This record gives sequence, structure tokens and C-alpha cells, in this order.
Amino acid sequence: MFDVRPVDTDYVRHRAAQFRTQVERRLDGSLTEDEFRPLRLMNGVYLQLHAYMLRVAIPYGTISPDQMRMLAHLAETYDKGYGHWTTRQNIQFNWPRLVDIPDMLDNLASVGMHAIQTSGNTIRNVTTDAFAGAAADEWMDPRPYAELLRSWSTDHAEFQFLPRKFKIAITGAQRDRALVAAHDIGLRLIQKDGRTGFEVWVGGGLGRTPMLGKVIRDFLPESDLLAYIEAIISTYNLSGRRDNKYKARIKITVHERGLDVFKAEVEEEFANRRRDFHGADREALAIFKDRFAAPAFRNAATEAYEAERARNGAFRSWTDTNLHAHKIDGYASVIVTFKTHGETPGDASADQMRLLADLAEQYGHADLRISHDQNVVLPHVHKSDLPAVYAALQKAGLATANAGLTSDIIACPGMDYCTLATARSIPIAQEIATHFKDVGLEDEIGKLNIRISGCINACGHHHLGHIGILGLDRAGVENYQITLGGDGYDIPAIGERAGAGFPYDQVVPAIDRLLRAYLEVRADASERFIDAYRRLGPAPFKAALYPEPAHA
Amino acid sequence: MSKAFVPTAAKPGVITANDLREGHNVWMCEDGWTADPARATLFEDEAIADLALLKAVGQSNIVVGPYLVEARRGPRGPEPTHFREAFRQRGPSNYFHGIQAAKQATAKQTEASNV
Repeated sequence: MFDVRPVDTDYVRHRAAQFRTQVERRLDGSLTEDEFRPLRLMNGVYLQLHAYMLRVAIPYGTISPDQMRMLAHLAETYDKGYGHWTTRQNIQFNWPRLVDIPDMLDNLASVGMHAIQTSGNTIRNVTTDAFAGAAADEWMDPRPYAELLRSWSTDHAEFQFLPRKFKIAITGAQRDRALVAAHDIGLRLIQKDGRTGFEVWVGGGLGRTPMLGKVIRDFLPESDLLAYIEAIISTYNLSGRRDNKYKARIKITVHERGLDVFKAEVEEEFANRRRDFHGADREALAIFKDRFAAPAFRNAATEAYEAERARNGAFRSWTDTNLHAHKIDGYASVIVTFKTHGETPGDASADQMRLLADLAEQYGHADLRISHDQNVVLPHVHKSDLPAVYAALQKAGLATANAGLTSDIIACPGMDYCTLATARSIPIAQEIATHFKDVGLEDEIGKLNIRISGCINACGHHHLGHIGILGLDRAGVENYQITLGGDGYDIPAIGERAGAGFPYDQVVPAIDRLLRAYLEVRADASERFIDAYRRLGPAPFKAALYPEPAHA
Repeated sequence: MSKAFVPTAAKPGVITANDLREGHNVWMCEDGWTADPARATLFEDEAIADLALLKAVGQSNIVVGPYLVEARRGPRGPEPTHFREAFRQRGPSNYFHGIQAAKQATAKQTEASNV
């Protein structure tokens, strides 16, 4: 059943070579587009609004400096000099030519990267906390398990044609930064009676029918991980709806059949499957645990860091917002936001990628992460190195002190690139970010998650935004619905639609009214927008969005 | 944005697709396919358009996903009636990429060759 076969470079090269011949056969007419489409999608190649798009897998968002440099090379050689970080910790290239994609895949294979299962009705990239292995609130690094899931799910013969795509997220921290409740399967590493295991969530997802997942197992011993996940997915594979694409995700299966019925089937299947696992997965996990061993952290003084903070206000401000607490004293995780005001959320130039690779090698134990909010994290930086890292980032326009603030917006590509989109997302994000910088309210507003999607498929996670914005086509005109009260982290919640949508040019004024109303009603500066919303309910915020017309 | 769009004299249409090798947007024109939407053939008759669409479908070694979409007659050629098609004809709004850039490059080339 389970074959521990690491997806090694030979295998990836083999797949790239296969794709090269498939492209050749498409170009010489041997394959029709209907025949070719599923083949290209299996290799992450989409046809978008203006061009082909190649989505490259970055397993659980973890990438090495040499891999990052390869992405820079691809951006420069085959694209327009940049790539786009996605909300599933991958990267997309927006402008490749079909005829160049086999070369791109060969290049990727040379550093062990690929685009396999970044599309199609398969198990997609397993995602996790961008601070995995580093976060102060983490009790166990989830990456060995993420790697176990990745290697098991890659090319898994049984799960290549699921009813619909399938997304798994895993976290080992107190605070869920992996959005466990919003995935087809969510896994929280927990401990019970001294044993390690998982709280297993199932049936979460966004899209046109947003649902938070449900706990299908309070405690799954970690040794049963693959057998249980396989039982869930095989149950779904048989009972998931294939008659209607919009009802084909596991969330609908669980919802329609009921958690108890679904769970009973899973448990029965689990009892059968468990017998097929003879320990190869345990051996693989042990190897992966070694592979993800913590780096050799150093013990050094942090006075220089404190002195720079005292001396340099801009540095202090950046360290206040863009650092994440590390489990090792003297260390911090650095959030490099790709959200400079007015720029496209998540777009990274080749030069910026190379700089990050250099910084990771010089100061960050050669480790880089792509976060689901379209930023990059240097997970392990000693505080004494932060002034140098900051200076280098500043030079490259990457030291914007806005992590978690108004301008740190998640936005899908929207109708500027995506063929499914019904409206644009990117310029809305750009304008909101620029506006709140111009009016000088960003710092005062504080922590805020704005999430923008350009269609109901919700790649921009608008349902999970404290403020969500959904772009639609209303009678041939772009129109934007606003949702309030969503949260992906502390208390997972799907945002509620506030009311009628706004035309494109009214979105920024509406968000301006909304946030000024928040500043008026919040208890004090420590009460975030989402906290004020939970305390007061939607009424004062709806009133700000939809003011009564003044009577003459 | 329907592939089942039926052109009439009052509501004409164009046939558009993506170039198979390069991926960029193209429009059916008198001498084949063009990346300049202003040169697109404007169809006003359902039967002629259907025949042309069949021909386009048959050229799957050149283009991908051809479809008929509404357009209106403009001073320099067919113009889009829906914002999606307008973006396809221009390029993204966050960068000067796509057709808008290609047009500028062509204009510069023409200018240079006229000097």
C-alpha cells in the first residue's frame, strides 16, 4: 500500500522528461487540447487570462537558498522578472511560453523542485505554519509529518483522480497559523497522557460554500497518521460527489452525509487499512525527523540589537511588527513582507529572491519559508544580525514594517491574471494599502487582516478576513461584497456579508468609513478590529459601511 | 462571457483564443490570427460566425480554446463590450505587461523603421 519512495531528483527529472514529450506531441498535433489539458494540469500548467501560468510546488513552504536562486533564474529567463507567492505557500509564474515550460521543469528538477500535483483533483501541497521549527509557541515541529504526507501523497496511485482537489494543513503550535479549520483535512499535533498524536479535522474549506472543519478524531496516535488519512481520503474518494463539481469537495460529503456516518465509514476503513502499514512509514518518519533537525543555534550577545533599536526608530518599528517570537533565546523569525504600499501583494522580483537566498545563507541557517499570507520568512535569525538583515532588506525595498497590519493584505491574482476571476483583486489591495498610508492611520488601526478574492473560489481567503472583500461581476461591472468578522487563526470564523456590494471606486471609501468607525468604537488601542467586532456585533460597522442618506 | 454567444448585426462578435505555443491572446482576422484585437474580424451573422468558429476549432495546432464573444464596432476596429475582454485586450493593471506592452514595442519599432 504505502511505498516509501522519496520523490528524488531522478523521479522529478523523469516526470519533466515525460512532460517534454507530451508538449512535443501537443505541438505536432498528436495530442488534442482535450487530451493534453489533464497532462499539463498534472504538471501545474494552466492557461490563464493572458498567458500560460506555471505553479511550482514549495512543499510546506520550505525552500532552500539554491532553490530560491533557481526561482530567480526562471523568473528572469522565462518570465518577466518576477514570481508570485500564493496562499498555499507555492509560487506562480504568470508569463511562461508553453514551449519553454519543459526547460523550466528541467531547471527545477536540477534542484529537486517540480510542479507535480499543484493542480488537478489530487492531494495538493501540504501546508503548515511558516514558523514551523522556530515559533516560541510551538511544542513540536510539524514538518517531518508534512514531509511524510508529501512523500506518501506524491503520485499516490489511488488518489490521482479524486472527486475534487484535496488540501491538507498541519500545525504543531499553540496558535493555528496553518488554518487547520479551513482545510479538507487539518491536523493539530497534540499530546495526551504523554503520547504524541493529532487532533484531526475534516471537511473545512472556503470557496463558494465556506465551511469550517469538524473534529473527526480528538486524538489519533501519531503512528497511525497515514493509515487514518488514507482511510479518510479513500472514503471520500468513493462517497464524494462526482455528479456536480460544486458539491464535490469533502466538506459537502461530510455535510450531506453527516459527520457521524462519515466517521463510522472512515473508522471501518481505517481498521482495514491499518493492517497494510508495516512500519515503512515509521522508518521514513525517523529519516525525516533527522532531516528537519534544528540548526546549530548560536549563543551570542544581543546588546548590538538593543542599541540599534534605541538608536534607529525605523528599525525599532520594523522589529516591532515584522519579528515573530522564536523558541531559542536571542533568536527571532523575520517576516519579510511583500506588501510594500502600492505594490502587488506577493510579487517577488528575481533580485529580491536572490537577496533572500543570500540573507538566509549569511544570517538565517540557510532556511527560508513562504507563508500563506504571501510573505517570506527567515525563520532563524540571531538578533545580533537583525540590523544587518534590516539594512539589506531596506536597500531592496523589502523592509516595510507592516506585517499583520492593514496593508499586509492577502489578494488573489484576480482578473488581472486569472481566467476564473469575476473582478480584479490586486488594484483594490494596492489602493487600500496606499490610502491608509497616505491618511496616516495604519499604525493606529493596528492588527488587521484584510483578504481579497476576485471570485467565489476564494483563493484570497476573503471568508477568513477580519474584513473580506469579494469581487464579482454584476451585470458587466465589477462589484465588491464586503464580509466582516472572519478569522483564520484564534477563533476560526467565516465572515458575514455586510450588505450590498460596492462599485470598484467605492471600495476604498467604504473601508475608510469602516475603519474610522472602528477607531471610534474600540475600547482602547489594544482592542483589534476583530475583537471590537466580536464585542459589539456588526451593527456599528454596517452603519459605517451603509450610512443613512442625509435628509435635506 | 458566454461561448454560446450568437452574433447579430446589432450585437456583433469576434473570435478569440490563446496562441498554443506562446499562450498570448489572439483574434481571428482576415489572414489568420492576430495579436492586435483592432484587426479582428467582426462577425454579424450567426451562420458565418459558426463556420469560422468551426474553422478555429480545427486549428488546434495553432490556437487553444477559441470562442465567440461580443464586440462593438469602434473607430479603429472592434472593441470589447465586457471588462474581462477589455483586460484581455490590454493586459494586467498592475504592470505594463501583455498586449499593451507589445503594442508599444511595435509602435516604437515602426517609428524607428520610419526614421
